[in-house]
Amino acid sequence: MKALILVGGFGTRLRPLTLTLPKPLVEFANKPMILHQIEALVKVGVKDVVLAVNYKPEVMVSVLKKYEEKFGITITFSVEEEPLGTAGPLALARDILGKDDSPFFVLNADVTCEYPFAEMLAFHNDHKGEGTILATKVEEPSKYGVIVVHEGSSMIKCFVEKPQEFVGNRINAGIYVFNPSVLKRIELRPTSIETEVFPQVALEKQLFMFDLNGYWMDVGQPRDFLSGSALYLSYIAKSQPQLLASPADYDFVHGGNVLVHPSAKIGANCKIGPNVTIGPNVVVGDGVRLSHCVILEGATIKSHAFVRNSIVGWHSSVGAWSRLDGTTVLGDDVHVSDEVYVNGASVLPHKSISSNVTEPKIVM
Amino acid sequence: MNKAVILVGGPSRATRFRPLSMNMPQPLFPVGGKPIIWHQVNKISSVPGIKEIILLGVFEEHVFQSFLDQCSIEYPNISFKYLREYTLLGTAGGLFHFRDVIKRGNPTNIFLLYTDICSSFPLTELLEKHEQTKSMGTIMVKKVPKSNHSKFGYVVADSNKDMALHYVEKPETYISDLVSTGVYVFSPKIFDLMADIIEQRSAEINSLSKKAFREDFEETPDFLRLEQDILQHMASNKQLGIYITTGFWRQIKSAASAVPANEEYLKHAKSSGSNLIAKETRDGPTIIGAVYIHPSATIDPTAKIGPNVSIQARANIGAGVRVKNAIILDNVNISDNAVVINSIVGWNSKLWPWARVEGSPCTDQNENTVAYPDASAFSICILGQDTHVRNEVFVRSCIVLPYKEISSDQHNLILM
Repeated sequence: MKALILVGGFGTRLRPLTLTLPKPLVEFANKPMILHQIEALVKVGVKDVVLAVNYKPEVMVSVLKKYEEKFGITITFSVEEEPLGTAGPLALARDILGKDDSPFFVLNADVTCEYPFAEMLAFHNDHKGEGTILATKVEEPSKYGVIVVHEGSSMIKCFVEKPQEFVGNRINAGIYVFNPSVLKRIELRPTSIETEVFPQVALEKQLFMFDLNGYWMDVGQPRDFLSGSALYLSYIAKSQPQLLASPADYDFVHGGNVLVHPSAKIGANCKIGPNVTIGPNVVVGDGVRLSHCVILEGATIKSHAFVRNSIVGWHSSVGAWSRLDGTTVLGDDVHVSDEVYVNGASVLPHKSISSNVTEPKIVM
Repeated sequence: MNKAVILVGGPSRATRFRPLSMNMPQPLFPVGGKPIIWHQVNKISSVPGIKEIILLGVFEEHVFQSFLDQCSIEYPNISFKYLREYTLLGTAGGLFHFRDVIKRGNPTNIFLLYTDICSSFPLTELLEKHEQTKSMGTIMVKKVPKSNHSKFGYVVADSNKDMALHYVEKPETYISDLVSTGVYVFSPKIFDLMADIIEQRSAEINSLSKKAFREDFEETPDFLRLEQDILQHMASNKQLGIYITTGFWRQIKSAASAVPANEEYLKHAKSSGSNLIAKETRDGPTIIGAVYIHPSATIDPTAKIGPNVSIQARANIGAGVRVKNAIILDNVNISDNAVVINSIVGWNSKLWPWARVEGSPCTDQNENTVAYPDASAFSICILGQDTHVRNEVFVRSCIVLPYKEISSDQHNLILM
């Protein structure tokens, strides 16, 4: 089995975090984003993983080398000379994806969900069409490209981009299964799989839709990264509750969905949760309040600080009695002084903040 | 023998001090751990020869009764009196109305102070300068930056800086950098001058009304403004001496200005070694800079207080609380891990855990801002009496009227 992960560019939307690490390596729930996908793929027997990137992936090579050994798989970087869109990378990786007749997966790197690869594959083999699109239901279909199926079937009829009238609420979740025959349709040039490939496959009645159960989120930007983390923690709370800090064991847990790395230290009289991820070697002082936030590796939250709806970057520190709120993102090694209020700031690495930031802004 | 008169104003003048004046007359509002007016009484009491301090205003008599009773105990050699004005006669008109009471006992010098100011009140130095120039009156002035014109009354001095040449109230253009501090010392001869001026004025008014002009002329001849009617006259007749203070001085007009006044008095108390200033103890909270803590207040040892904080009677400060540059009034309860910065927390208010109340530091530009609808004008955060700020809620640069419960974040608003 083979899979292609569409990594794409530098992940500028997730800056300032991606100024320090390429997006696939940014930890989502204490694990590099791409590892969530690789693990799920390995579980269904994928042996060949292609990462489609359009930058030099030096930093990633050594990390992914470890995964190759750990999982006994081959990870290949397919480096685009120019951005090839969402379809072009398939053509570029033709040699690997088309090396045998078995179907392959295609994943957008930004997507988090329960990754129902086994079910999807069984469905794909069953309908015998050329492609399967994972579909997720959304509340506001008018913001997306909506999938329309033939009545009473899961065969896709067409796509309606940002429909003004309600035609359905299922959208493309960014995860596909294809037979290698699809590669014949794709040229090696910048191409969009959504607008240039899918309509033709659908026209030939070769494209099917598989419904995703559970959560789905594109975590490409900070606000969605936080929402996606919360969704993922809720999923973990149901599927593997032993991974989360239990209120029965820890007084500080409030409202659940609290993931604390075993090496993190939490002070006395804290109130943590809901939806909090605390990374390795994080130090949290006394009387700290954390909710809806992600604290990355090596960060320090000093006593009585308050962090809500924010991401605290690696090795950053938040001063005593300081308050972060409003989707504040601290990059790597950022230091917020005691008693400071920071609202909606995106702070680039290695900066210090010593006075209030009351309105959202970028701190260069 | 010397006397002093403090002009305490009345309830209508104190609207600028809302919402704090809704509970307490402004002169009794505590800054630096003591009522605004106490700081004046305390400084007056140390002037040689002071025998009597008179409060003059339009508040009801009972308002100052218990304060004056306490003063009588604290300063047993001075007699205290409250004189109530029933008709508004202007700042000088009220003085003239009570001239017999004020002149009783033949005082050599009569100090006159407005109550809405905060200062080191160097009254003995003022008196020395007054005696040296042998003027009818001497005005204490303070040098201010040139850009500040139009906020104050200004004095133009002679080249020796001994006598005033001219006095002008809130000029539109720059005329001098010496502002009137609202602190004066007068010879009792000032009452003769007032009588002359009133006589002149009534002659003027009579001649006007004979000519059937201005039938609705509201001013009575007794209505006298100290600044425009008396000081201006004295200045142009070389009867007004000046004393330039180098000590601190600022106005206490808006409620927000109580915070910098609190800071001035606390710093002053600390530098003069006053026992009002809290000292850090082994099992007490962390204390930074100048802090006043009422003996009946309870503070958790893990709290961090200061600089420039006054904590009034029976206030309760929880674990891990941070209070900085603030006035915490009686019976306030601040729960664990809450933060109060650049704020005034009104009587009986409660902050729940991790609540935060914060204003921006008071600058000279915004300290006298009276609640404009323009939100950007807010500085100090003020919670009126019985305000409840719920768990984790942040109230930033708001003015909150009494009896409000705040359960979501708010900023730059007046909460009615």
